[in-house]
Amino acid sequence: MNIMVVGVGGQGTLLTSRIIGKTALNAGWDVKLSEVHGMAQRGGSVVTFVRFGKKVYEPVCEEGSVDVLISFERLEAQRYAHFLKKDGIMIVNDTRIDPMTVVIGASEYPSGILEALSQKHSVYTIKGGEIAKSLGNSKVLNSVVLGLAAKHIGFSKDEWLEVLKATVPQKTIEINTKAFEMGYEGE
Amino acid sequence: MSEKRIMLGNDAIARGAYEAGVKVSSSYPGTPSTEISEFLAKYDEVYTEWAPNEKVALEVAAGAAISGVRSMACMKHVGLNVASDPLYTLAYTGINAGLVIVVADDPGIASSQNEQDTRMIARSAHLPLVEPSDSNEAKEYFKYAFELSEKYDTPVIFRTTTKLSHSQSIVELGEKIAPQDKTYERSMTKYVMMPASAIGRHKVVEAREIQMEKDASAFPINTVEYNDKKIGFITSGVPYQYVKEAFPNASVLKLGVINPLPKTMIEDFVKEVEAVYIIEELEPVIEEQVRSWGLNVKGKECFTKQGEYSANMLKKVINGTDECVFEKAASPARPPILCPGCPHRSVFSVLNKLKIHASGDIGCYTLGAVAPLNVIDTTICMGSSISLLHGMEKARGKEYIKNWVATIGDSTFLHTGVNSLINMVYNKSSATVMILDNRTTGMTGHQEHAATGKTLKGEDTYAIDLAELCRSIGVPNVIEIDAFDVQGLEKTVKESVNGDTLTVIIAKAPCALLKGQKFPYVCKVDSEKCKKCGMCMKIGCPAMTKNEDGTVKIDETMCNGCGLCANYCKFGAISKQER
Repeated sequence: MNIMVVGVGGQGTLLTSRIIGKTALNAGWDVKLSEVHGMAQRGGSVVTFVRFGKKVYEPVCEEGSVDVLISFERLEAQRYAHFLKKDGIMIVNDTRIDPMTVVIGASEYPSGILEALSQKHSVYTIKGGEIAKSLGNSKVLNSVVLGLAAKHIGFSKDEWLEVLKATVPQKTIEINTKAFEMGYEGE
Repeated sequence: MSEKRIMLGNDAIARGAYEAGVKVSSSYPGTPSTEISEFLAKYDEVYTEWAPNEKVALEVAAGAAISGVRSMACMKHVGLNVASDPLYTLAYTGINAGLVIVVADDPGIASSQNEQDTRMIARSAHLPLVEPSDSNEAKEYFKYAFELSEKYDTPVIFRTTTKLSHSQSIVELGEKIAPQDKTYERSMTKYVMMPASAIGRHKVVEAREIQMEKDASAFPINTVEYNDKKIGFITSGVPYQYVKEAFPNASVLKLGVINPLPKTMIEDFVKEVEAVYIIEELEPVIEEQVRSWGLNVKGKECFTKQGEYSANMLKKVINGTDECVFEKAASPARPPILCPGCPHRSVFSVLNKLKIHASGDIGCYTLGAVAPLNVIDTTICMGSSISLLHGMEKARGKEYIKNWVATIGDSTFLHTGVNSLINMVYNKSSATVMILDNRTTGMTGHQEHAATGKTLKGEDTYAIDLAELCRSIGVPNVIEIDAFDVQGLEKTVKESVNGDTLTVIIAKAPCALLKGQKFPYVCKVDSEKCKKCGMCMKIGCPAMTKNEDGTVKIDETMCNGCGLCANYCKFGAISKQER
């Protein structure tokens, strides 16, 4: 299984992919993750990969190989959609973050991204930011998105929650669990 | 059964160091090597420190090794350039207890200024180089590197790459071995590298390399897997994983030790297999040697010397197939940017307004080069901002640099910038140097340094006062200023660049991402007052966008309330308010 998590530096994509990796590990699979650190993290476009199976060699997913693409932002979903395999699916947090090139007028934010993507791929969207805000902590966005993705990746809800609870800070277990549930149940 | 964990390559290297019984580690942060020292610092048994630069770090580790304990230093590839002075001569002296130098290369240039290949340096310094291909190997090979180091009395370079360091895979934890500390014995011919001793030691270096070359075919981390003998690969490191992914049925010779190469093993492999490809990212280090033995292999005539490889790329070149199903859509680029509330933005906004060019340096503030700030003109290497500006002044005169400053971070200043500043003092510079003091090593993820008052282990220590340091070496004019005091900065910079006195301006404010800070303010836009002039957008803050009607919008969850945008609004439409 090839999973790709993309977004904007600072959105929590790294934590999301680590939870996916740990859940797969607990289920007995060989797992590899590839992360982005350093300069690229500063508000740039970030990509992490999670691969699991009987035996995994390459730590990254290749173009045309991704089963589930999780994007924390619309433009980033478009940027990496070509990584999907033919029947791969896409989970998109429905939000817009303008890159600096758009802010300063050097380029335009594309319109109708989700519509265009839906014509080629199975796209599941969620307004994760609004759900997180309604729970009172915008930082739990990644748990909401993970919840929706989890349903399409497999494993039981309990398997996911066990790792989620062990990964997030002690004080935020309750709210993160709730956020995950809302993503898991929503659609 | 022993515990299995999923670990980052860098975490696994630190675990390997712990299990190998390393007692001393000294390093300077540098992506992608930084986390090794941070993970290692968590083991109470290992003394771990941040040194001001890689040369110091390697010398500290060498001292520890000569005294008789296993030691190590970690750095990124360009850091090894800084440490290459001790490196080349340590190859002569040899070690006493094991000494391993971890060097992280960055094929693909994710976070560096070049794409140099450390394997070339290992060859020219006559040092063995070990390279793993995943996290478990990182841990195991690291222990093996110490065995090699002690067996052959030589420092060993342990090469990792971005993909290895920043990927996670499963690691089987082992027990810590407790090697006996070695006894130190004085030996002038071994450790005092004056000509008479060095001439003798050069012979030792050559003899050692010849011996290692003979032994290399039996090193357990050089392995051969014979499968389909029509096609075979000689490879090492992460590219091994690409080969296995793309050609699971091919024969593979996997190198764990890159220098010296196992000649007999490679000769046998090339004889056995019909078509042999050498798969190595960056330089043709393996290939050129193999070809020099008269063997027929394929390499860089098929594959690039740039960037990272991948399984798809191998398949494309060798089989001519393309796995991609969907076309790549053209999307506006999203380059990295300075964070909301970053103090560097404030400084660059002033320099931009004054139309000043900056000789830049290595750090987050390199982002001051890009639109809309467009301030930095040059970035070469750590500490170079100050010396480059000095060179410009000496070449073109005082007037020429009246619209130039050097900008350098606090950690980078202590790394090698201070040497360049000494040169300015000594050679009568009239330049303006700005130290962007954000109280941390920012870009690599917030490491302590000699001016923060904390050690890598989190202990309190003396914090070097940058202003006093500058004064003590003779800088006549040292000014400390709040990095967000835009009016003050403007006045100070103007006076300084137009004056004839060497001036250091220390612009101080903590990095917005430093932990433990409170952000009690937030900036808000009064859309009635907003004239859509776009002045506030010129600071390039990611928390700011435009509404459909052209008025400015500030994302309150992203805004850190620094108030810089409010400073640039002539109409009072933006105000800094309590959250």
